[in-house]
Amino acid sequence: MADLETPEKLKDELLSEVASAADLAALEEVRVRALGQNGAITQLMKALGSLPPEERKTQGQANNAVKLAVGEAIEARKAELEAADLTARLAQERIDVTLPPRPEATGCLHPISQTMDELMAIFGEMGFIVAEGPDIEDDFHNFTALNIPEEHPARQMHDTFYLPADEAGAAKLLRTHTSPVQIRTMMATPPPHRIVAPGRTYRCDSDITHTPMFHQIEGLVIDKSTHMGHLKGCLEDFCRAYFEVDDLPLRFRPSYFPFTEPSCEVDIGCSRADGELRIGAGDDWLEILGAGMVHPNVLANCGLDAEEWQGFAFGLGIERVAMLKYGIPDLRTFFESDLRWLRHYGFAALDQPSLVGGLAR
Amino acid sequence: MKFTLGWLREHLETKAPLGEVSDALTALGLEVEGVHDRAAELQDFVVARIKTAEPHPDADKLKVCVIDNGREEVQVVCGAPNARAGLTGVFAPAGTHIPGTGIDLKTAKIRGVESSGMMCSARELELGDDHSGIIELETEAAPGSSAADALGLSDPVIDIAITPNRGDCLGVHGIARDLAAAGIGALKPLMPATVKGGFKSPIGIALDFPEGDGAACPHFIGRYLRGVKNVESPAWLREKLLAVGLRPISALVDITNYFTIDRCRPLHVFDADTVAGNLTVRLSKAGETLAALDGNSYDLGDGACVIADEDGVLSLGGVMGGESTGCAEGTVNVLLEAAIFDPIRTAATGRRLGIESDARYRFERGIDPASTEPGIEAATQLILDICGGEASELIVAGEAPEPVQVFTFAVGDVAKRGGLEVTEARAKEILDALGFAAQPEAGGLRVTVPSWRHDIAGSADLVEEILRIEGYGKIPALPLARPTALPKPVATLTQRRTGFAKRALAARGLMETVTYSFIAGDHARLFGGGDDDLRLANPISSELTDLRPSILPALIAAAGRNADRGFPDLGLFEVGPVYAGTAPEDQALCAGGIRAGLAVPRHWAGAARDADAFDAKADALAILAECGAPVASIATVAEAPAWYHPGRSGVLRLGPKTTLAAFGEIHPGVLAAMDVAGPMVGFEVMLGSLPEGRAKAGKARPALELSPFQAVTRDFAFVVDAGVEAEALVRAVKGADKALITDAEVFDVYAGEGIEAGKVSLAVAVTLQPREATLTDAEIEAVGAKIIAAAEKAVGAQLRG
Repeated sequence: MADLETPEKLKDELLSEVASAADLAALEEVRVRALGQNGAITQLMKALGSLPPEERKTQGQANNAVKLAVGEAIEARKAELEAADLTARLAQERIDVTLPPRPEATGCLHPISQTMDELMAIFGEMGFIVAEGPDIEDDFHNFTALNIPEEHPARQMHDTFYLPADEAGAAKLLRTHTSPVQIRTMMATPPPHRIVAPGRTYRCDSDITHTPMFHQIEGLVIDKSTHMGHLKGCLEDFCRAYFEVDDLPLRFRPSYFPFTEPSCEVDIGCSRADGELRIGAGDDWLEILGAGMVHPNVLANCGLDAEEWQGFAFGLGIERVAMLKYGIPDLRTFFESDLRWLRHYGFAALDQPSLVGGLAR
Repeated sequence: MKFTLGWLREHLETKAPLGEVSDALTALGLEVEGVHDRAAELQDFVVARIKTAEPHPDADKLKVCVIDNGREEVQVVCGAPNARAGLTGVFAPAGTHIPGTGIDLKTAKIRGVESSGMMCSARELELGDDHSGIIELETEAAPGSSAADALGLSDPVIDIAITPNRGDCLGVHGIARDLAAAGIGALKPLMPATVKGGFKSPIGIALDFPEGDGAACPHFIGRYLRGVKNVESPAWLREKLLAVGLRPISALVDITNYFTIDRCRPLHVFDADTVAGNLTVRLSKAGETLAALDGNSYDLGDGACVIADEDGVLSLGGVMGGESTGCAEGTVNVLLEAAIFDPIRTAATGRRLGIESDARYRFERGIDPASTEPGIEAATQLILDICGGEASELIVAGEAPEPVQVFTFAVGDVAKRGGLEVTEARAKEILDALGFAAQPEAGGLRVTVPSWRHDIAGSADLVEEILRIEGYGKIPALPLARPTALPKPVATLTQRRTGFAKRALAARGLMETVTYSFIAGDHARLFGGGDDDLRLANPISSELTDLRPSILPALIAAAGRNADRGFPDLGLFEVGPVYAGTAPEDQALCAGGIRAGLAVPRHWAGAARDADAFDAKADALAILAECGAPVASIATVAEAPAWYHPGRSGVLRLGPKTTLAAFGEIHPGVLAAMDVAGPMVGFEVMLGSLPEGRAKAGKARPALELSPFQAVTRDFAFVVDAGVEAEALVRAVKGADKALITDAEVFDVYAGEGIEAGKVSLAVAVTLQPREATLTDAEIEAVGAKIIAAAEKAVGAQLRG
């Protein structure tokens, strides 16, 4: 740059170069040419020293204005070019977001587990604790203590699975109901009692509505004052909570179980319009569970004074209530481990039922 | 138990309609299982008369009939051979649904002749198999009147379930008594009948039991009737039996069946001319047989209560009669039997011989011992009325047992146990109506249990009687008061762990299933079971014989079935019991699972991968972690049970003794034996073996200690012999400086080029966490040297060059 150009002319030239810089590299070249060590504006500044003092000030101001204007123009152009670059890069980085994400297996819980958890949630709120007993029982706990002596007609109704007899001739059996847990509880700990006992039960029976294994939940309340009115209230509260129908009608019918007296069977209201079963107020009834006041002989067999202690017991089929609530048509399918069935009727791992959080989604 | 409304009204004076009776029965505990109102089902069918019947112009076998149906005359084309002018039959107008064929009638042209409606056969009305012609009614009924009435079918049939305690309601009279007590009308007393015998029976009866077995038959009454005619029963009797599903046979047989249903008084008639000498009621002896009335021959064995003559056994008391002494058309002289048989022995005999009969059903539930004599008298009278003849004096052996139970019932028990207040007067009214003859006295009501109520033993039974008659619906429902305002946790530790295990596995992508506790014997043996002690004596199928030693076989079989359906990639688990013996403590809770096929499916972003032993190990560890087991202290040992691949399986142990879980590939031989395609991996976690965990005073966590100094990670690539276990190397590395080393993980395993044959390279990332000051290079160097030394000492590891 042999001739020092006038600041105004230089400014115009440089601004024009900045504006026409096509990319960041070109812009950098312009910047070096203008503001670099040997840049035009730098030269202009250096030349100030050779000017007479009176010119120096005005020339200096003019130079500064050029420097500022060119500097700002470079910054602005730089931001522009960077934005354009980013846009171009992002356009290149496009992916097909409609592709499926990496697969994750989803498992689920069996309806029996979920239903048991629902029952626990309800009975837990009512102050019941959970008790357990073995699947392989003896005659005493499964029958005799429950006031079902040998040759009692009720034994024939039970279709018991037996294991081989031992040396003494006593054969163990698979429990036919969860009621032996009543006996174990009353013999192991002193009253009062308020327990539920869910578990596997077995009967030698297999057809469209029976499987050789199924699940029951047993309930037992023993204290000094609980009577049939409490039994009704407890089971009404339970059925309405479980089926999530606030005005669900219940019907208590006299029935017979050797281990309860008085005994009852409990029906819930339903309707069957157009072949579809609906739980709730309707023109029909569905049997749902058996219950009654614990028989004085059962209390006596467990060493309790039947004059002092009293209470009720109930038993209900877990598959049955699950079928009714969730519209599962066939009992046998519960035990077939068919993947399609498990997925269709199963429950998510995070669906932990509770009365405050909601029982079923 | 089936009966008709009309039959009931013979015992109950009532105007209550069918619906009210039906509801009352259910409310009494006599649950109505079905009501068959045939009048309603046949309401469209009417009596009609054929006025004219002319040959069809175009068909030889058809006739064109003009029918008077009471409202109009209609033309019907009829193919029945007995269609003729003057016949009165059952007419179905067009539009009627014909139950026997399922067809809805339409007016149509048959071979060019219009036909509107039809005359029906018995089969078309589902009244029998007869389809040889149309029904011919012998009736005075006018055309247009109800066909059900004319057919004697207007009486609705009620079917009720009788619980085992209510043998007294296995007769219509007993049912009427309950209904009367509940206010549905008044019970009509049974007509007393006494027939004076005109001669002494030529056949004698003796009870012959060993001492102590007399209860088998304590009371037996017989009566000889001579000169009877075993005619067809009159229509009223045939219709009653047909209505309740019994086939009329002959008057003598029908009369015994009638008393069985009517008043729960089973009877038997022997053809007296086939009896040799006198009758003895005794116990059977091994080797004796009976050809019974059902056409089968039975080996009686010891101890059945039988009626025998001098030649042998004639009848099984309370169960079934014998063929040789059965009454037939030509029977002239008979011996009528009314007896009491022991419920327990009757049940045992019936069950042992596999005989079901109306008599057994009643005797095993207990017959009213006071019914024997009135029963035989009433039956004699009915035989004389229908069959004629002449009756002998009664032959009585033994006497009616009279276990009269009398006790005092505290009426307050109804409120105390039943939750319903009743006055003593009301309680007395109810009990009297049920036959308890209640007498007020100090402390309550003195009751005498009626002879027909074997199920009443004490106060609780009477509470039920009173509640039942008042109606359970009247008991006010009360909430069950909770002992504390807020509920307490209800689950035991094991139950909570069960829930954790299930939800953890479901979250890991496995599907929960529930399988039977029993499996096939050969499958049980493959998994360490198959003991005789655990084999069911009466399995329901050969596939479900042995209590399972493991959950895996059922899951493997299920995976096989799913693969056959086209779903080879799956993970299944079950949390449930396994059995090592028959004692309660031999039952253990196991969380078992399998994975088959692809663990990672084909995907555009990555490679597919088969499930392997490390998936199963991860599942097992996830359960243990979720259940609060000290996972950091768990050691993996390559010693799994025999049903796992010996080189690709292991157990997870806490200390030297406690095995918490096994995992690995299932042994290919086991899969082959089960005929399931592999490979497949599985795990079994014994939830009951997990340590209880220390009881803590509170739920507070220990204070969080955060070091202000940055942790440092250093990688070490070791070369070890191929047999060296990675866990041993890591344990050595961690032990090199327990204060500083907070973690060590194998992140690479390599063998091949660059590594000597028989050796393997294991790369370990070690985390050092200083707590006092930032680590200097020299300190890091020093720890590194210790790590290398420890690795070499423990497993001969060399730093990779």
